Amino acid sequence: MPLELLDSPDLEANKREGLWTLNFGPQHPATHTTLRLVLQLDGEMVMDAEPDIGFLHSGFEKLGEVLDFNQYVTIVDRMNYISPMANEIAWHHAVEKLLGIELTPRCKYIRTIFAELMRLHDHLLCLGTCVLDLGGATAFMYAFNERETIYEICERASGQRFHTSYTRVGGLLYDVTDDWVAMVKDFVRKFPKVYRDFSGLVMKNRIFVERTRDVGILSREEAIAGGATGPVARASGVARDLRRDEPYLAYDDFDFDVCASQGGDCYARFQVRMMEMLESIKIIEQAIDKLPQGPIFAADTGKSGIPDKKEVYRSIEGLIHHFESIMPNRQMQAPKESVYAATESPNGELGYYIVGDGSFRAYRARTRPPSLMHFALFSKLIRGCMLSDVVAVLGSINIIAAELDR
Amino acid sequence: MTNQSTDSKLSEIETVKLRLSETLAGISLEWSEFRSQTRVICPAAELLKCLKAFKAVGFDQLTDLTAVDLLEYGNVNDRFEVVYCLLNVDSGLRLIAKTYLNEPDLTIPSATSVWFGADWPEREVYDMYGIIFSGHPNFKRLLLPDEFQSFPLRKDYPVKGRGERHNFPVITRAES
Repeated sequence: MPLELLDSPDLEANKREGLWTLNFGPQHPATHTTLRLVLQLDGEMVMDAEPDIGFLHSGFEKLGEVLDFNQYVTIVDRMNYISPMANEIAWHHAVEKLLGIELTPRCKYIRTIFAELMRLHDHLLCLGTCVLDLGGATAFMYAFNERETIYEICERASGQRFHTSYTRVGGLLYDVTDDWVAMVKDFVRKFPKVYRDFSGLVMKNRIFVERTRDVGILSREEAIAGGATGPVARASGVARDLRRDEPYLAYDDFDFDVCASQGGDCYARFQVRMMEMLESIKIIEQAIDKLPQGPIFAADTGKSGIPDKKEVYRSIEGLIHHFESIMPNRQMQAPKESVYAATESPNGELGYYIVGDGSFRAYRARTRPPSLMHFALFSKLIRGCMLSDVVAVLGSINIIAAELDR
Repeated sequence: MTNQSTDSKLSEIETVKLRLSETLAGISLEWSEFRSQTRVICPAAELLKCLKAFKAVGFDQLTDLTAVDLLEYGNVNDRFEVVYCLLNVDSGLRLIAKTYLNEPDLTIPSATSVWFGADWPEREVYDMYGIIFSGHPNFKRLLLPDEFQSFPLRKDYPVKGRGERHNFPVITRAES
C-alpha cells in the first residue's frame, strides 16, 4: 500500500469512532453493590462515562407513604446500610421537626453517640474498601475489625447488629445500660491505636498516594453547583458541616473541628474522612462522660411515645399505653404542613422532605440521599483519567447503591 | 441554635425578600414560614426567572429537587407541587421554593442551566411523577427502565404496582 494513502485525511478515524465502549458493572467487585457505568475509552483514557442506575430501586419512598412514622424506620435503615442508624436518626430528626417534639437530654446524647459511631462505621468501610480496590488488602482488615466492635455496641443497645431500627418518634426503643457505656468507653480507648496502624499502612504508602493524588479532581465551584455535601464537598474546600452550622441533637455542647481540605482529589477526600474519624472519637469521648440521666422519651409525644417494655409486660396501664401508641386512630397527628430537615450523615447531607396530612404517616417522604448527588458528579470527575482510576474515584465518593436507588 | 444566630438569619431572610421584590417586581411571590423554615411559592409561568433571581441573591446550591402529588391531600386546587430546596453555602441560609402544576400541561423549565446539579433530581421527578422539564440536556428516566409506562409515585398508582414485573421479557441463557 502506498504511503500517501495512509496519510490521507479520509482514512483518519473520526474522533468518536476511535473510542471504544466498556461496560463496567452492574456486577463488579469495585462497585460493591449494583451500579453500571458505560465508559468511552481512548486507549486507557476515559473520555466519557455515563452512569446507569436503578438496579436496586425498591420503591422505598412509596412505602414511606404507607407505613407510619415509627414503622418506616425499618425501611430507612436499609438505605445506607453501611451506617444504618445514621439514617434512622435523620428520619426521626425530620419527623420530630414536623411534629415539633423536643427530645430529652439523655436521648439527644445517646443519638449523638450513635451518630458518631455510625460515622466511624461508614468511614472505616469506605476507607478500607477504597484501599482494598487499589490493591491493599491488609489495611482493609484493620478497618473491618473495628466495625465488628461497633456492631457489638449496636447489638447491646438495640438487640440487632445491622438493621437496628433503634430510634422512635421522640425517643429510642430501649434505654442503654451501664455495660453499654463501658463498651463505648473501651472502644474509644482502643480506637486511636488501630487508627495509627491503619493510617501508617495507607497514608504514606507510595502506591496508594500515587494512585489517588490529582485523580478525580472536583473544584469548589463544581462541588457547590453540583450539590456535593459532606466529606466530598469538604475535600474541595467547602467548609460546611451541619453539625456546626445547623446544630441538631447535642452537637452544640461539644468541642470539635470541621475537617476540610483544598485538594479536591481522591487523596483529599480520603484525608478528610481520616481526620473526621478522630473528631468523631473526640465527640464520643465528651458525650459518654457527660451522658445525662433521665427519661429517653420526650414528654410531649403524648400517646405516641412507646412505654418501657417492663411497664408493658407487668402492668395493665403500660399495656394499654403501648396498645394506644400502636393504634392508628389514637396516635399523634402531624400538622398539615411540610418540612425539610437534614443531618450530617457520614456521606453528606441526608435530608428528608416530609409532607404531613394530619395523620401519623407521611403523605410524602422524600429522601435526599447524598449518594445521588455525588454519583451525578462522577462523569465530571472521571473525564480525562485512566481506566484504573475508575475504582479510585468510585471508592472515594462512597456510592451506596441502596441509598442511590431507594 | 442560639437566639443570636436565629435573629441574624431572620434579618438575612428579610434582606433577601427585599432584594427579590426589586428584581422580581411584577411577579407575585407568596411567602410563608413553618418551624423557622422560609418557603416561597413562585408562579409556574415565571419559574426560571425566579430561580435565576434566587441564585443571584446567593442561593448557590440546589440541595434537593422533588415533587409531591397532591391528588389525595384535600383542600388544594392543584395536582403537583415541585419543590426546590435551596441553600446559600456561605451563610447557611435555606429557602424552599415551590411551584404548582396541573394536568394536562406538566411542563416546566429545567433548572439545569442555573444549577447543573438539578440534572439527576429532575430526571428522577420525571421518572416518578411524569413532570417534564424542558431544556434538560439528557432527559430520560433515571431509576426505572426506559420501557416502563407509568409514574409510580403518583397517588393514583397502587402500592402493589400494576403487574409491570410480569411484562418484563424473559431472556434465556442462550439468548443473553
